[in-house]
Amino acid sequence: MSRELLTAKPASKLRPDLAAIADMIPPGARVLDIGCGDGSLLEYLVRAKGVDGRGLELIQQNVNQCVARGLSVVQGDADADLNEYPSGIFDIVILSQTIQATEKPSYVLRELLRIGKRVIVSFPNFGHWKVRLSLLVNGRMPVTKTLGHSWHDTPNIHLCTITDFLTLAQETGAKIEKALTLDDGNQRTRVMHPNSWGPNIFAEGAIFLLAKQ
Amino acid sequence: MSDTVHPNFWQPLKAPDENRGLALDFGPGQPLILDSGKQLSPFRIAYMTYGTLNAAKSNAVLVCHALSGDQFVASTHPVTGKPGWWSYAVGPGKALDTNRFFVICANVVGGCMGTTGPGEIDPATGEPYGLGFPIVTIRDMVRAQTMLIDALGIDQLLCVLGGSMGGMQVLQWAASYPERVYSAMPLATAARHSAQNIAFHEVGRQAIMADPDWRGGDYTLAGVRPAKGLAVARMAAHITYLSEAALQRKFGRELADRDALSFGFDADFQIESYLRHQGMTFVDRFDANSYLYITRAMDYFDLAADYGGVLAEAFRGTKARFCLVSFTSDWLFPTSENKRIAHALNAAGANVSFVEIKSDRGHDAFLLDEPELFDTMRGFIGAAAAVKGVA
Repeated sequence: MSRELLTAKPASKLRPDLAAIADMIPPGARVLDIGCGDGSLLEYLVRAKGVDGRGLELIQQNVNQCVARGLSVVQGDADADLNEYPSGIFDIVILSQTIQATEKPSYVLRELLRIGKRVIVSFPNFGHWKVRLSLLVNGRMPVTKTLGHSWHDTPNIHLCTITDFLTLAQETGAKIEKALTLDDGNQRTRVMHPNSWGPNIFAEGAIFLLAKQ
Repeated sequence: MSDTVHPNFWQPLKAPDENRGLALDFGPGQPLILDSGKQLSPFRIAYMTYGTLNAAKSNAVLVCHALSGDQFVASTHPVTGKPGWWSYAVGPGKALDTNRFFVICANVVGGCMGTTGPGEIDPATGEPYGLGFPIVTIRDMVRAQTMLIDALGIDQLLCVLGGSMGGMQVLQWAASYPERVYSAMPLATAARHSAQNIAFHEVGRQAIMADPDWRGGDYTLAGVRPAKGLAVARMAAHITYLSEAALQRKFGRELADRDALSFGFDADFQIESYLRHQGMTFVDRFDANSYLYITRAMDYFDLAADYGGVLAEAFRGTKARFCLVSFTSDWLFPTSENKRIAHALNAAGANVSFVEIKSDRGHDAFLLDEPELFDTMRGFIGAAAAVKGVA
C-alpha cells in the first residue's frame, strides 16, 4: 500500500485559499481541477470529500507526481485542450491561481462554464493598493509577495484586477454565487461583496464561485 | 539451461514443464473464433503466472507482451537464459509487486513460444501451418486471452497493462470487455498503426520473404530457416525502437574492435556490429513466420474503425480507470498518438491519466529501468487496488 494513499491531508494543512475552495465543493461531486499542480487540493478532495476528481496540468513533473499519488491527471494545456471535454460533465471545474497565466482567459472561462455546472476561479488582484503604489512610486512593473516574478520571466501574462474579472464574468454570462477575498499571501480569506469598491483596492486576491446564468 | 532446450522453441509445446511455463489446451469443442471468420481448433495458450491469486480472485493483473516479447515477463527465458523481458518492473517488491498481485502473461496467438502459431502442426495436414495459418488480429489475441482468464476463473482483471503491441491489446480489452477491466495501463502505444509503422513492418516482412530459405513459408519441412531475412527484419526494426540521440550517445562513430576503417563492408562501426548481434540473437528465439503474422496483426489494428471512426465511441460508458504513458523520444509510438487516446477517453468521460516521461531511449524506454515509469505504475495500480479494496 502506497503511503500516500493512507494519508489525506486535513483541511487545515491545505493552503488557506485551497481550503476555502475545498469548502465550496460538496462531497461526492465530479470535479476537474485545471492547473492542479502537484495535486494537493485534488488529493484532499478525493480522499476527504470523496469527490470523483480529475486534473489537467501543464508541467509534466507535476502530472507524474499526481499519478504516483494515485490521482487521475492528464498532461495538457487549458488554452488548447479544454475543447476535448464534453459539455456539463463536471459538477465543478476549478481554476486556481491559473487564469492569469492562460493565453486566452476569456475563451478559457467560457470553456469552463461549458464543461462544468459551476466554476471556481481564484487569481491575484492586480488592483491591490501595493501594486498600484509600487507602479506609481517606482515606475516599474510591481513585484510583490503574491506576484513574485519580474515582468520578463513571469508566467502571469494576463493579470487582472477584481473589477476586470467582474466585467469578464458578466461578458461570459456567469452568475456570481459566492465571492471571497484573499489576503496575507493567500493565508486569509473573507467573504466580500463583489460590487463594493473596497476589495479591488484592499484584497491581494479573490476566489469566485460562478454558475451559468 | 539453454543447452537442454531446442532452440526452435516454436516447435509444439508437448506438455507444460518447468522451463517452458504453463499451457492450456482448448479442444475441438472450444475453437478460437477469429476476425477473419476462420476458426483455430484445437489450440493452445502458453502462459506464465507470478504471485498468488487471492481467494476473491480480485488481484489478477494481465500483462500483454509486445511484438517480440513472450510470456516470460519476470523469469529466465528458456531459450536465451536471460532475465524476463520486464524484470525491471515486475517481481517481488517491484512496481508491479508479485507479493501483492497475481500477474499473468500469455504468449499471443500466432506467437512462437508455445501458443498456437504458424510453426505448430496443422491437425488437418499433419504438417506445420506455415502460411496456412489464418491471419490473426489484436482482437483475436485478446479473445484468446479471455479464454485463459475464464479458465482461471477470473471475472475481472484488476489491471491490464502492456507497451507497444501490448498496449494495443490493453485498449482492445478495455473496448471489447469493459466490465472485465478494472484499470488499464497502455504504454507507448497507439489506437491505430500509422502508415510509417506499417512501412517499417513491410520492410521486415519483405526481408524475410526475400530470403531463399523462407521457401514460401514452408522452411521447417525443408529443414532450413530464413535466418538472414529475419535478422535483417530485426535489425531494421531495432533502429525504430531507439532514438537518434540514444544511438549517438551509445555508439557515435566509434569503431568496432579496430583502430582504422577497413575500406570494406565489414562491421567497421560499433552500431553495425551491435545491430548484427541483435539480428543474430533474435533468430535463435523467434520464428520468421510468427514475425510475419504478428506484424500483420499490428498493421491491421485501428480501434476507431470498429466504432464508426470515432475513437471515443470505443470507450463509451467505460468505468475502467486508465493511465497512459508515453516517452519523449519515442518516434515509433509518439506522444501525439498516446495523447490522442487520452483525448478520446476524456471525450468519453472516462477516468484517465496521461503521463509523458522524459527519456532519450526511444520506444525501448518502456522496457528499461525508468524510475518515473515505475513510480507511475506503482501509484496507478496501487490506487486501483485501494479503490477496488484489494489488500
